Amino acid sequence: MRVALFVTCVNDALYPATGVATVRILERLGVEVDFPAGQTCCGQPQFNTGYRQDAEPLARRLADAFRGYEHVVTPSGSCAAMVRGHYAGFGAQAAALAPRVHELTEFLVDVLGVTDVGAYFPHTVTYHPSCHGLRLLGLGDRPRRLLEAVEGLVLRELPGAEECCGFGGTFAVKNPDVSAAMGRDKIDHAVSTGAEVLCGADNSCLMHLGGVLRREDAPLRALHLAEILASTETEPLEWTESPR
Amino acid sequence: MSGTFLGMPAFPVAAKAAVGDATLRANLRHATHTIRDKRAAAVAELEDWDRLREAGKQIKDHTLRHLDRYLLKLEEAVTAAGGTVHWAADADEANRIVTALVRATGETEVVKVKSMATQEIGLNEALEAVGIAAYETDLAELIVQLGHDRPSHILVPAIHRNRGEIRDIFRAEMGEWGRPAPDGLTDTPADLAQAARLHLREKFLRAKVAVSGANFMVAETGTLVVLESEGNGRMCLTLPETLISVVGIEKTVPTWRDLEVFLQTLPRSSTAERMNPYTTMWTGTTDGDGPRDFHLVLLDNGRTDTLADEVGRQALRCIRCSACLNVCPVYERAGGHAYGSVYPGPIGAILSPQLRGTESEIDASLPFASSLCGACYEVCPVAIDIPEVLVHLRERIADQGGHRLERAAMKAAGAVLGSPRALAAAERLAASTRRLHPKRLPGASAWTDSRELPEVPAESFRAWWKRNRT
Ligand code: SF4
Repeated sequence: MRVALFVTCVNDALYPATGVATVRILERLGVEVDFPAGQTCCGQPQFNTGYRQDAEPLARRLADAFRGYEHVVTPSGSCAAMVRGHYAGFGAQAAALAPRVHELTEFLVDVLGVTDVGAYFPHTVTYHPSCHGLRLLGLGDRPRRLLEAVEGLVLRELPGAEECCGFGGTFAVKNPDVSAAMGRDKIDHAVSTGAEVLCGADNSCLMHLGGVLRREDAPLRALHLAEILASTETEPLEWTESPR
Repeated sequence: MSGTFLGMPAFPVAAKAAVGDATLRANLRHATHTIRDKRAAAVAELEDWDRLREAGKQIKDHTLRHLDRYLLKLEEAVTAAGGTVHWAADADEANRIVTALVRATGETEVVKVKSMATQEIGLNEALEAVGIAAYETDLAELIVQLGHDRPSHILVPAIHRNRGEIRDIFRAEMGEWGRPAPDGLTDTPADLAQAARLHLREKFLRAKVAVSGANFMVAETGTLVVLESEGNGRMCLTLPETLISVVGIEKTVPTWRDLEVFLQTLPRSSTAERMNPYTTMWTGTTDGDGPRDFHLVLLDNGRTDTLADEVGRQALRCIRCSACLNVCPVYERAGGHAYGSVYPGPIGAILSPQLRGTESEIDASLPFASSLCGACYEVCPVAIDIPEVLVHLRERIADQGGHRLERAAMKAAGAVLGSPRALAAAERLAASTRRLHPKRLPGASAWTDSRELPEVPAESFRAWWKRNRT
């Protein structure tokens, strides 16, 4: 099977390791991965801030970049939700892209039908289900099932898991005090689990949470789910990679 | 809307103070988490919740689509039952009507059933201005009134107060308004309730005029419905001689049968009860029973304008259950006062800017008072897609000119993101200068005051791909 990777602008510029990890997982499972270089951003920041007109050309460009691919995979629940939820209003080609975009865990579980991706990660992990993945995409227990199948991984329950972390795109800068208060509570909950890793499937939320936990010197690190799933006994995750 | 809340600072400024108030945050956190867990359990008991939710949505949408027709039907039914209907286009007109009606009775005090509509129009203040005292009889409203405070929650207006604060307010203020608090009043719930009961009883027995709102108005019969937990409302609705109800036009439902849906969804969503302890219904006047004179003031105050907006009109489906407030992480930290309106929380963030317009600073900031997490939409018993309306209102504000810097930033981002080559070049530049990036950027203090910035990687994904896969 051949799929296109929609890496998202945040991952491309700030978290390339997540993109690389996604490629590794997919290739390990026998999927051929393309990276159409014409892609940039799905337009979510513009759309959600009220600049629909600025989002539209980006949506059209993205749809154009993925023309001809039956499956487009992205390691971002929130960008997948943007395409699936709002592209119908941006012309026929954009509308046609919507059902072909899969968030990574959806693709693994629903399309490939696997939960054990052959990963090895001997650490304690707690999982934060980002709002867009949880409520807009309805990822359900897919991420959990994937994590539970990882060898060596101990999953700890995150108290108040379904509460928003406070990122919310431009919300994080428009209402910084509320946003940071929400982030600190999330970090406190994560710390209370005693886990070494706070895992999520959306790097924008993790950028906010990672920023809070580094400022607070919290004893755990934020990590994208894909990077955990990519880790194997022979090629373990390199902990030296840039923190969130 | 009344001047009560105007002149409020924009949401982020008001919220900042609330976030720093440890007592307030603890009060709110405790109260909202308790009720949110109970609500979830009460809703889970009903197997057909999703269908009830859909039915409620459909009934409201249908009614709103034909509101003109149902309002005329309602007027006809109320009049036939012996009531009098008044139409009020805005707050001032509604206040003038009510003031004149009270004056005509010769009375100088009224008892009040908890009502959002009368708060929205600032009725208490308008009555006070002409020498009429309005006494709130709902326990939480009483606390707010005695504390010279403002409500901060739809259902529990004094949610921001704890028991110790309430005892202090009762001790200091009850005597000014009527029967003083009993000596040695403690902060146990039973003691506080008893103090309120004694204080209020005196008012119920004396009052000749009552002012209420209504949760529903049934067009076919002209029946008004109030749901409440304490029984104070029932006292006000039956004891006085004159009853004046001020109700937003969107509270109409076509038939008696439609109540079947809302009498299930409202209590479970709001107080997590299977049924409301008191459901009072009244139709016009009846000889020898209840008020002899009944007036219904139908309030527009921005509602027909809201109705004209195809996306925003869904806010008028709201049945004021307050479930969205109780699950909202932003409300939990910012508190109700930060929203600068009698309608706080997620519903306030979409309703107030529609009813009042988006010109004032506070109203222009409300659509941004959300992280769009979607928890409000998930719990709403009439399925109002609050995030959708928030984004829609953000567009309206951007179209008004938006915030200058933001507009510039969006344009700049568009220039880079509009071309993969420009994006790659920007990424290369950022990577090659990464050692020079300051830890705290002057322009990004909103971020760096409380969070670290991410470090720019040595190589973008795009560059990695080029090196490794092509
Ligand atoms: S918007 Fe929905 S959840 Fe919020 S108060 Fe209204 S009916 Fe209840």
